[in-house]
Amino acid sequence: MASEGVPMSEAPVRHGGGAVALLRSQMRNIAPFLTLIFLSAFFAVASPSFATLDNVGNILTQVSVTGIIAVGLTFVILCAEIDLSIASIANVTGIAVAYFTMQESYVNIANLPLPGWAAILLALALCALLGLVNAFGLTVIGIPSFIMTLAMMQIAAGISALLVRGQIAYKVPDLIATLGSNSIAGVPWIVIVAALMLLAGHLVLTYTRFGRYVYMVGGNREAAEYSGLNVKLILGSVMVISAVCSGIGGMLGVAHFGSAQQNEFDTYLLDSIAAVVVGGTSLFGGRGGIGNTIIGLFVLGVLNNGLDHVNIDSFLKILIRGLILLAALVINVYAQRLRAKAAD
Amino acid sequence: MSDSRPPLLELQDITKSFGGVTALRGVDFTLLPGEIHGLVGENGAGKSTLMKIIAGVHPEFSGRFLLDGRDVHFRSARDARAAGIAMVHQELSVAPDLTVAENVFFGTQPTNRFGLVQWRRMARDAAEQLKKLGIDADPMARLGDLPIGVQQLIEIARVLFSGARIIILDEPTSALSPPEVERLFAALRRLRSQGTGIIFISHFIEDILLISDEVTVFRNGRKVMQTSAADTSKAALIEAMIGKGRDALEETYTHDITLPAPAMEKPVVVEAEGLSLARSLKHVSFAVRAGEVLGVYGFMGCGQLELARILFGKLAPDAGELRVTGNRQTFRNTAHARRAGIAFVPESRRDMLFHQEPVYKNVSVSILDRISAVLLKPARERTIAQAQVEQLQIRPADVEIDLGLLSGGNQQKVALAKWLSHPPRLLVLCEPTRGMDVGAKSDVIQIVRQLRDRGIAVIVLSTEPETVLSLADRIIVLKRGEVVREFAGETISKDRLLEAA
Repeated sequence: MASEGVPMSEAPVRHGGGAVALLRSQMRNIAPFLTLIFLSAFFAVASPSFATLDNVGNILTQVSVTGIIAVGLTFVILCAEIDLSIASIANVTGIAVAYFTMQESYVNIANLPLPGWAAILLALALCALLGLVNAFGLTVIGIPSFIMTLAMMQIAAGISALLVRGQIAYKVPDLIATLGSNSIAGVPWIVIVAALMLLAGHLVLTYTRFGRYVYMVGGNREAAEYSGLNVKLILGSVMVISAVCSGIGGMLGVAHFGSAQQNEFDTYLLDSIAAVVVGGTSLFGGRGGIGNTIIGLFVLGVLNNGLDHVNIDSFLKILIRGLILLAALVINVYAQRLRAKAAD
Repeated sequence: MSDSRPPLLELQDITKSFGGVTALRGVDFTLLPGEIHGLVGENGAGKSTLMKIIAGVHPEFSGRFLLDGRDVHFRSARDARAAGIAMVHQELSVAPDLTVAENVFFGTQPTNRFGLVQWRRMARDAAEQLKKLGIDADPMARLGDLPIGVQQLIEIARVLFSGARIIILDEPTSALSPPEVERLFAALRRLRSQGTGIIFISHFIEDILLISDEVTVFRNGRKVMQTSAADTSKAALIEAMIGKGRDALEETYTHDITLPAPAMEKPVVVEAEGLSLARSLKHVSFAVRAGEVLGVYGFMGCGQLELARILFGKLAPDAGELRVTGNRQTFRNTAHARRAGIAFVPESRRDMLFHQEPVYKNVSVSILDRISAVLLKPARERTIAQAQVEQLQIRPADVEIDLGLLSGGNQQKVALAKWLSHPPRLLVLCEPTRGMDVGAKSDVIQIVRQLRDRGIAVIVLSTEPETVLSLADRIIVLKRGEVVREFAGETISKDRLLEAA
């Protein structure tokens, strides 16, 4: 501890002006945007092939599956919870939809062929059910979401393993195949689906009563309860929304990759969380939204794609990604503090 | 007036604003060594802001800050502590899971030369210090197991015996019994004789007059009066604080209250029968009628908090039943209770409001499902909030401002406002005026009376006899979870109420 009188300086006249306060409170939204502009500018200069229309299309396609999953995760993180089972649920839903589709004879899976619509409905029911189990564990039993969804991550991975038994399935219902791998007027369907889901998520969060409740529960859970909101219902709902978004992402992902197999989505857990948090949605809940998630997706997409366009050691890329994520987390926590200070 | 002693602390022309709201305007303040300086003012008058500047909590402000005649600038509360300034905040900030001794020596545990904590020495010293405040607690007991009043005294003890030269006490007596207050004052006088400068903030004006040498009054961010405590009176201080006389205020300070005859003709809104909860409540029964304020009085830990939470569906009773307008109700959660027409304001505003959200969202949160099915109607929300802000005279009268920028008293009004646009059947208020100044108290009393006159049933639960006496038409007294006494249609005094508990 410092001795008496040491940490003091001449008292300067200070005053927190209105513009500074506004900037501080908006730090959460400004910082990710600046990061995006900076990264884009950097890669555009570093590589001639980066800033092309084709490559913009690539980036959009590359972030689509992450984007679909991140819609639901944004709801969860806004409530100050976390869902670690998103990638596993995406995987098991993608596998389930293939499991209920007639596979070629050389695919050695004891599958259960059903009409396409039935396969899709059953797969959706499966992910919704897994989301309900998450919701039940979190709200009724009272298991912290971190632990509950960690268990679900294993459970979903286990179901995936049992369904495919180490094999690879290729066929999915026509609708899913079209949405996952075809284009309309040059725009991939998967980009359109991702955009529509992000838009829907944004509309729900901004213009509906449920969306307001999500922000209130995330902002101050105790106050939400004492205001007579059904906090458990809201928390349960976001867990189900997250699981269903993951499931949709999983089905389209399987069609997009052209195969359904174990551990196919492992990288999407980190990518989705990163997209939400890098975009500036507060890990403490109540602040942020789909707009932030979109920026986060682009930051991640530009980073992943851009690193492929410049000539660096591919092993170094992993480290660079990690460092950029760390920087984003620092900004996230810092922005929360500045905001709290501005409102103090 | 000139004084030969050089001031310990001198603040000149201090101005501080939070996002456009000015909390302090050009305030001067001086603290002499060996002086107890009382500070009074309404909520939002700027007392707490000034104290937080002194304690280094708010490092940014304009004006001069002199300590021992030297300019200083604290960057954090840590700097202030290092300079010998210690503060006891209004909210309890103890570590309930640590021992009494660890709390007394928090951050300054005696260690041996290997850096290990000397437990035996710490326990002995802690016991000795606590004895000076008349606390006979086992230094090795877990702090959270002791009564709240004792916890508060232990927190005060930590600061008093920290060796600080300037001690700030913000509402230290609110949870203390009269003998505990006496012991606290004795300890403060001892410190004064040793040359410590003490700033004492309280809404209990008798306490201020009793202990202070000098008194400063704040109003609307300005210092409006400074006088020697010997030269002033309670009436003069109150007038300086609020600027003008108010009727309800006088009643708050009247000692004998005549309760009206029970209005048996009015319908019973909520009836409780034999409510029991673990060790907190035993067979509590009562009824509250439309247009009636039922006061529930008792000491801290008497089961009030639990009772209030049962009424709002936050806790489920082990036995007994609740009837709302004659129908038996088992609330599954708070949303269920709200839909049954129960409104609730907890004792802590922090648990009730959304500090980072604008005022209008705070006002509308509990009625959203009445004004919108799926899509929000922000224009409607704003209109409703604006009407409430005007009716309750919430300042600043801006529904877009973040709630966290409002003063405590105005926040309490928002906490009430959220239930008023769709009046409930029963309003449950916990400690509605705790830590509030007379002006804000009188506003809250007015609001509650208007609600009662509109036919709403109100239950007020408080550990402050004045609060219950000034609001209630009928009073029940809780003691260790049991209803021990009911007062109705008679004249009672604070003394009789205290006696019953």
